[in-house]
Amino acid sequence: MKLPSFDYQAPASLAEAVALLAAGDGSARPIAGGQSFLPVMAFRLAEPSLLVDLRNIPDLSGIKISDAGVRIGAMARWRDLLDDVRLAEAMPLLPAAIDHVAHYQIRNRGTVGGSLAHADPAAEMPTLALTCEAQIDVVGAKGERVLAAADLFTGALQTSLEPDEIIVAVRFPAWAKTKRWGFEEFSRRRGDFALAGVALCYDETEGRAANVRIGAISVADTPIRLKNAEAALEGRAVDAASIEAAMAAASGEVDPAGDIHASARYRKALVGTLLGRALESAAGRKAR
Amino acid sequence: MAIGFEVNGRAVSVDCAPRTTLADCLRHDLKLTGTHVGCEHGVCGACTVIVNGDAVRSCLMLAVQAKDAKITTVEGLSMEEGLTPLQTAFKKHHALQCGFCTPGMLTTLHALLSEEPHADEDRIRDVISGNICRCTGYITIIEAAMDARSSYQSGEGDKA
Repeated sequence: MKLPSFDYQAPASLAEAVALLAAGDGSARPIAGGQSFLPVMAFRLAEPSLLVDLRNIPDLSGIKISDAGVRIGAMARWRDLLDDVRLAEAMPLLPAAIDHVAHYQIRNRGTVGGSLAHADPAAEMPTLALTCEAQIDVVGAKGERVLAAADLFTGALQTSLEPDEIIVAVRFPAWAKTKRWGFEEFSRRRGDFALAGVALCYDETEGRAANVRIGAISVADTPIRLKNAEAALEGRAVDAASIEAAMAAASGEVDPAGDIHASARYRKALVGTLLGRALESAAGRKAR
Repeated sequence: MAIGFEVNGRAVSVDCAPRTTLADCLRHDLKLTGTHVGCEHGVCGACTVIVNGDAVRSCLMLAVQAKDAKITTVEGLSMEEGLTPLQTAFKKHHALQCGFCTPGMLTTLHALLSEEPHADEDRIRDVISGNICRCTGYITIIEAAMDARSSYQSGEGDKA
């Protein structure tokens, strides 16, 4: 499948990129690593008149770690995150989850901002941003704004971004060293799209879970939080009984679509199973 | 659009429409047909080339994005002198049959072992999971990669 025709610009500043997108009247699209957007164009799911390549814009790719949390520039590639040894210390959930992103070659070009803007419900980063209540810094023709991850994803491959808006960075809130976390996903072949996945974190005070956040991959049109499963754990000790309750809640609250890869029923069961595994590894009873 | 970059140590300039993928530019404009095109949407890994040291899928990169880059294709691994240690290991272990996936396997493994000469079998399996081979069952490819590691560890991996 050859790509449709388009014009191409690689501006050297964010302002210039926004101006090009604004002038494109909705038919110009930004491109980051292109690892999802080139196939999108090959399948004719998008036929932009102009591609605005963000690769020459300085300062879009850094990873900053501070007391305020982790700030990842939109053009940071998956391999930049995996290569950054500080992340494993500062927010271990991130590298553990990103290790599941696509394949070696894709990780050399695919970017964090591109994944958020692509908003694939089967992707890891949208669910991580939602689960960890990240903030997304955006700039557009009307200026800068900050979006909560929960407000970014509106449907499968759909976001609340305006056509002239560009994601600049994603900011994850401060991560306490004592935070418990887990990440599990299952795909038919390692690196392929997840049939389902679960990301979670919680604080533990006096043996009880608090601030429980559980997100799921590939079981809805958008990344989702599993609120019933969270409620099943909040304020309780994470033990066999509460894990079982949370697993049942998770399987019960999702309404996934079936497709050629897995039936809806299988995905419902799978999300519960993965939650159980993620909770077991979070509780540290078993190092899977 | 006119763009210049380096392929296998040679400076080239081409005039490509923006829609042209790097894979098509290499094959059609530069006649470097060693880079194979399988799925054209980033699934099979056959078109893998090395861009500024990183293995990338050349069907998921526009030729215009290669401006000023240093690119190595399978043709650039051994040039005229003979087979590289990695290629020799592929031959020794029968790590290819029809050969369609082989350029992508070689470029991927060359990039990996150049950067991580001590990569273990798990790492090698993980990395080539992005390259589809329908003939060999992968076992011989992994054996070849494991065998070739010593030449990368001693710095001979690049030499034919």
